[in-house]
Amino acid sequence: MGKTFVEKILAKRAGKPAVVPGEIVVVKPDFVMSHDNSAAIYGKFKQIGSGRVFDREQVLIILDHCVPAASEKYAKNHQEVRSFVEKFNIPNFFDINTGVCHQVVIEKGFARPGRLIVGSDSHTVSYGAVGAFSAGIGRSEAAAIWATGEIWLKVPSTLKVVLNGTPKPGVTAKDLMLYLIGKIGADGALYKAVEFTGEAVSRMTVADRIVFANMTVEMGGKNGYFAPDKTTFDYLKARGIDQSGYEVILPDSDADYEQVLDIDAASISPQVAKPHTVDNVSPVAEVAGTKIHQALIGTCTNGRIEDLRAAAAVLKGRKVAKSVRLLVFPASMEIYMQAMKEGLFETIIEAGGIVMNPGCGPCLGAHEGILAPGEVCISTANRNFKGRMGCKTASVYLASPETVAASAIAGEICAAEALK
Amino acid sequence: MKIFKYGDDVNTDVIFPGKYTYTISDPEEMAKHALEDLDPDFVKTVQPGDIIVAGKNFGCGSSREQAATCIKYSGVAAVIAKSFSRIFFRNCINSGLLAVECPEAADKITKESSVAIDRENNRIQVDGEWIDFPPIPEAVRYIIDGGGLIPFLRKKFSEKES
Repeated sequence: MGKTFVEKILAKRAGKPAVVPGEIVVVKPDFVMSHDNSAAIYGKFKQIGSGRVFDREQVLIILDHCVPAASEKYAKNHQEVRSFVEKFNIPNFFDINTGVCHQVVIEKGFARPGRLIVGSDSHTVSYGAVGAFSAGIGRSEAAAIWATGEIWLKVPSTLKVVLNGTPKPGVTAKDLMLYLIGKIGADGALYKAVEFTGEAVSRMTVADRIVFANMTVEMGGKNGYFAPDKTTFDYLKARGIDQSGYEVILPDSDADYEQVLDIDAASISPQVAKPHTVDNVSPVAEVAGTKIHQALIGTCTNGRIEDLRAAAAVLKGRKVAKSVRLLVFPASMEIYMQAMKEGLFETIIEAGGIVMNPGCGPCLGAHEGILAPGEVCISTANRNFKGRMGCKTASVYLASPETVAASAIAGEICAAEALK
Repeated sequence: MKIFKYGDDVNTDVIFPGKYTYTISDPEEMAKHALEDLDPDFVKTVQPGDIIVAGKNFGCGSSREQAATCIKYSGVAAVIAKSFSRIFFRNCINSGLLAVECPEAADKITKESSVAIDRENNRIQVDGEWIDFPPIPEAVRYIIDGGGLIPFLRKKFSEKES
């Protein structure tokens, strides 16, 4: 019997001929990623008392969660991170002018096929979009890797998701992924690795694949994976990384999957996740007409140039409803520059939107667009939990950039195709 | 001992809201906000030795370790659930909060139940009946025996030096 991707990469990295699901292995990750929480990790690192960073090349820090600092506390937090970086001479550090960590890890080429990356952020799963193994860990574990270079991982069983058919026009990766999460539930892939495959996948851009990999954690998955193909290789090549810079690890054709799930992409319409869980999913049409106060386009899920182009295409020549604040956060400074060059900001601003700096923004309720009691936001983010955007009596709907842009125009939840 | 019983998919945003993640660093202070957006009465009534019983996928969502830390410092002795989110489960091991995955016990326990946990033998007593739960994997037992990941490593490094 053959092996799945996760079984192959964990065996290789553990120096074993083979591993089986349930087995615990010790591995040395290529990178341990952290963000604003690096200050808290530094605190734990000091408690360990190793006195030195095991491998400073392994440490990857990107400030993005509350940038620029919203208060003295956040400012001191950033200051502490910078002092760690300076003291231990950490080469892979990106300050607040770079972007959302997961986008930066991918666009700067840290994520590559065959790499093993962990991060003290649950959306670290995103890097499977380019064929890496990546998973979220806690702060103590990140501190432990700074000190020892190692971490233990349990080998998960694997769920294979086969996306067949061609999505209808106007149906995006976000709609397909929300549909999948709604179908299998918030624990539908609990403790499991997920491999995304099928003919719909072969036509997807890297940006599309990131949406799936990113949200794998919203169904409980340990990692999400796309087998690297020409699309992946071209993406990396455009970033100056040729095939000598990585090793492609593919699942065996006779691999043993715990479950195989077939999805007919052609049958799916635009979807939303309704308050207050990500698996509370329905077609947009079912909640059309729900009044909104804020619309958010951006985050690690949907802040890429493709998303901004899609949103701008909807906004072009239209006006955001007077009752709505439209906030747009490009996911990185590279995307910001590109969007500026393409004139997308003009379109967004002329429509009445606000272009913010790259960062996580209000997604986790820290700053830059917190909701008031009773308010409703529609967002391209990945979570809509109670209190997520800073107020526990506010409501958050999740949708594609097209649906969010159309809803901002209409002043109520609305699919792009239904916009008058 | 009181029992706090909750449903499925309790996420870490309602256990420890994101707005506090970079503004509160003291574990005792974290405990004052434990379960704030799930059950505002929890911190008012919780006492050392109480237990939390929940459905499937407890601790899903954000990887924030403070979700485990705030429950531990609130005095809760154990969380018993049908299943746990994987990062939360790791955070429990690393921070020394007992997380027991036992669907049968999670179903049977009511707010009035009498509950005892036998860690040595990996079993739990609910109203007089013993129910086994899967042991913590032997390969990571050293973390629990060492009082959590940070204390374990601190000891290891101090021994190296001496």
